[in-house]
Amino acid sequence: MLDNISILIAAPTITLDLVINGLLIGALFALTAYGMALVWGVMRIINVAQGEFVILGGYMTYALTTAGLPPLLTIPCAAAITFALGYVLHYAVITRIVDRDLFVSVLATFGISIVIQQLLNTVFGGDVRVVDAGLGTQFFMGGLIAVSEIKIAAFLLVCVLALVLVLFLKRSRLGQAIRATAQNPRAARVLGIDTNRVYAMTFALNAAICGACGSLVAMAYTIHPYIGLPYTIRSFMIVVVAGLGNLPGVVAAGLGLGAAENIAGFVLGTQFQLAFVFSLLVVVLVWRNWRLSRKRQYLK
Amino acid sequence: MSDVLLQVTDVSKAFGGVQANRDISLTVPQGGIVGLIGPNGSGKTTLFSSIVGYHPIDSGSIRFAGEEISKLQVAQIARRGLLRTFQQTRIYANMDCVKNMLISRSLRRAKLTEFFAPQSNPADRERALELLEFVGLYSKRLLMAGDLSFGQQKLLELAMALMNGPRMLMLDEPTAGINPTLINGVIDRLKGANEQFGITLFVIEHNMRVIMNLAQQIYCLSHGQLLAAGTPDEVRNDPRVLDAYLGAQ
Amino acid sequence: MTGWTRYIGHIVLVAVGLAAPFLFPNHQSQMAELWLFIVFALTWDLLGGQMGYNSFGNVVFIGVGMYTCALVQVGLIYSISDYNAARGGGGTVFTFDYTQYLEGLAVGLPAGAITGALAAIILGNFVLGMRGQYFAICTLGLGVAAAEIANGWEWIGAGSGMTAPNAPAEIDDISRFYYFFAFVLAIVTFVAITWLLRTRFGLAVNAIRDDEDKAEAMGLPTKRIKVIAWTISGLFLGIAGGILGNVKRFIDPIDVAFSGSTIGVWMVLMAILGGKGTLWGPVIGAIVFQITKELFWTYLLGWQRVALGLMIVLIVVFFPEGILGWVRERFPQLFGRRVQSRAEEGR
Repeated sequence: MLDNISILIAAPTITLDLVINGLLIGALFALTAYGMALVWGVMRIINVAQGEFVILGGYMTYALTTAGLPPLLTIPCAAAITFALGYVLHYAVITRIVDRDLFVSVLATFGISIVIQQLLNTVFGGDVRVVDAGLGTQFFMGGLIAVSEIKIAAFLLVCVLALVLVLFLKRSRLGQAIRATAQNPRAARVLGIDTNRVYAMTFALNAAICGACGSLVAMAYTIHPYIGLPYTIRSFMIVVVAGLGNLPGVVAAGLGLGAAENIAGFVLGTQFQLAFVFSLLVVVLVWRNWRLSRKRQYLK
Repeated sequence: MSDVLLQVTDVSKAFGGVQANRDISLTVPQGGIVGLIGPNGSGKTTLFSSIVGYHPIDSGSIRFAGEEISKLQVAQIARRGLLRTFQQTRIYANMDCVKNMLISRSLRRAKLTEFFAPQSNPADRERALELLEFVGLYSKRLLMAGDLSFGQQKLLELAMALMNGPRMLMLDEPTAGINPTLINGVIDRLKGANEQFGITLFVIEHNMRVIMNLAQQIYCLSHGQLLAAGTPDEVRNDPRVLDAYLGAQ
Repeated sequence: MTGWTRYIGHIVLVAVGLAAPFLFPNHQSQMAELWLFIVFALTWDLLGGQMGYNSFGNVVFIGVGMYTCALVQVGLIYSISDYNAARGGGGTVFTFDYTQYLEGLAVGLPAGAITGALAAIILGNFVLGMRGQYFAICTLGLGVAAAEIANGWEWIGAGSGMTAPNAPAEIDDISRFYYFFAFVLAIVTFVAITWLLRTRFGLAVNAIRDDEDKAEAMGLPTKRIKVIAWTISGLFLGIAGGILGNVKRFIDPIDVAFSGSTIGVWMVLMAILGGKGTLWGPVIGAIVFQITKELFWTYLLGWQRVALGLMIVLIVVFFPEGILGWVRERFPQLFGRRVQSRAEEGR
């Protein structure tokens, strides 16, 4: 471990390589976290199935490319499929737990995540899958830093998606209804907004965001039925650090997490990378709570 | 009226841009009954919350029995014998009234082993029932506290506070929402608690008849600042207090 | 419900428990698992139902107890690194004779209890300060973090797991042997929690569930009570983990020891299914759940885990009051208390 740290110090290009690759995936984390914050803020629901939506999107891309579609075209398809799923799930399950206590939402969406996980495992098998987007690798600084083009493309697409999402929430009528409902659902209802429909659209929109991200994950990284939970935890962590409705904070925390995770993976060994993510969650929460306790408050 | 039990010195507290308390100083003598009045929004509850530790204060000092408590946590302050009741009642909704009472028994100096004693011993139970009978809840004692009406919950909360036997009790509008015929009983019991058990009282109250009857000394807040202080008669006749209440400023 | 009739449930449970291995000798390990599930559900409910702190991380204590017990069982006789390195067809065969095996268990299970409780004290002091859903998700993180750490730790076998010691030939029916360990543990846990809920501690735990702010304002040392409650859970879960490791024989870090997505969720489900915050709810829930689960495994080839996930959603969304809660709503007279008038109490 100490050896690895000294390597990082001695060879800054390796560090740079890790950080750049980390930032690229960090953008994906940030976007899924933004989706989670949207659902959390508007519906008061913590969606533990967030990561499963991502992985589901990935498998849709996998299935569609296997069926012969060009990879890039599968992104909107995956988003559309997860959007529909989110919409259906809302009316089947979520609408019944919106007003209940937050733990119920955690447990119910946890159940949903297990169903999705197991369905994927039963249908697609437990192997690790990758989708070849047919792009090469870019080298910088005389070959010392290697970044695959698909990761760069994924990063750019994420930025575009985020921009579209923000504009949608600011400008469109539905976006305004969503923001109004987030501030005060009762007032929104009095003003004639169908909040249940707003909730359905919010949940479905979040699912679509996740689906699109998942399709990029399948192309730029790997997917596996059981790897959803880390994505959920990352989103949750980012939201906790940044706070609800703090877009710059979410972006910064997402990028930071991506870079930190990559460096930790190098220092501790990749077998401990997930352990790092989950331990970091615990540390972040404990630290936040400790900070609050000095102000005579606590996380709730 | 000799020893000072609670001493608040120059306490200020702002929420964002709103200055809820500004440089408030007051004292509550050991064994006394002190009232705190003021129009709605004048910062009374904020001051209470500051004292018992719900939020940090911006500046000033709060001393209880000679000890600085403005940096302590809620439970630490409560264990020193400074208790409050809430304006919106807080009781244990899914436990029956007797259990509510039993767990309110003072465990201030309790050792860990005392937690593993049976829930009720005859003495505690007797006292719990006695206090419930006083507040008129004896016949409801086996109902879930959450099923009681607001007024009844308020009375239960008072009984719980008395059960705890604190050194000082801070009551946030103890008679609001209580059947007028019971109010005199509440006043009597508060006075009784003060005289028999030596519990010092610090009371927020809107009902002037109650506070004038109860308190020996009254502080009046307005717009977050201390407006007047004195005996009930002095405060009653203070033109500034009348102005504050009638809004002529 | 006066006199001995009050104990009918207890008597039936113990009688069935004693007779079961002789009546159904082919299902002994499933039944041993059932008793352990009862322990899981009961200890989960102490926090989740009685105190209102919903934990997804109690698997940590199961896993810690399981590894500790197995490591002690092996470590008393052999070098642990040799033992784990030889896994998967080495030359050496590690045998345990009768006394060695029993000694290993006699030290290993208490050691599991101690490490389980210690883990709860240490972790509890950090995470029990936060409330509600933050606590739930934090414990979810704890469970997975523990699994991932065990998964990467060479000394305890890392990802390829660890095998519990082979039982000596003197123990002819190893399933029955561990069945009774699990049975006794479940009974002890049940009695302990029954007692605990009748003490002031039980009241304090309920008070925290109903209104923690009020409990604090009344001067209860809430943090300490919470940590103690979790420590008691950790203690029993540590032993349960030690037994489970020996029942399962093979300790996989992610799928057996720290299996947050199976046992970790199942214990929540069992408690909710039976009725959160009641004494018998977790017991009933565990029994119903284990039977359902075995039926799923037998009849839903390949789809059993999907069905189980669906079951979680359905129960949480449509049946949150649980079996006992439902019975209480339908037949409130069974749960009423006879109220004596003040005169009858002899005053």
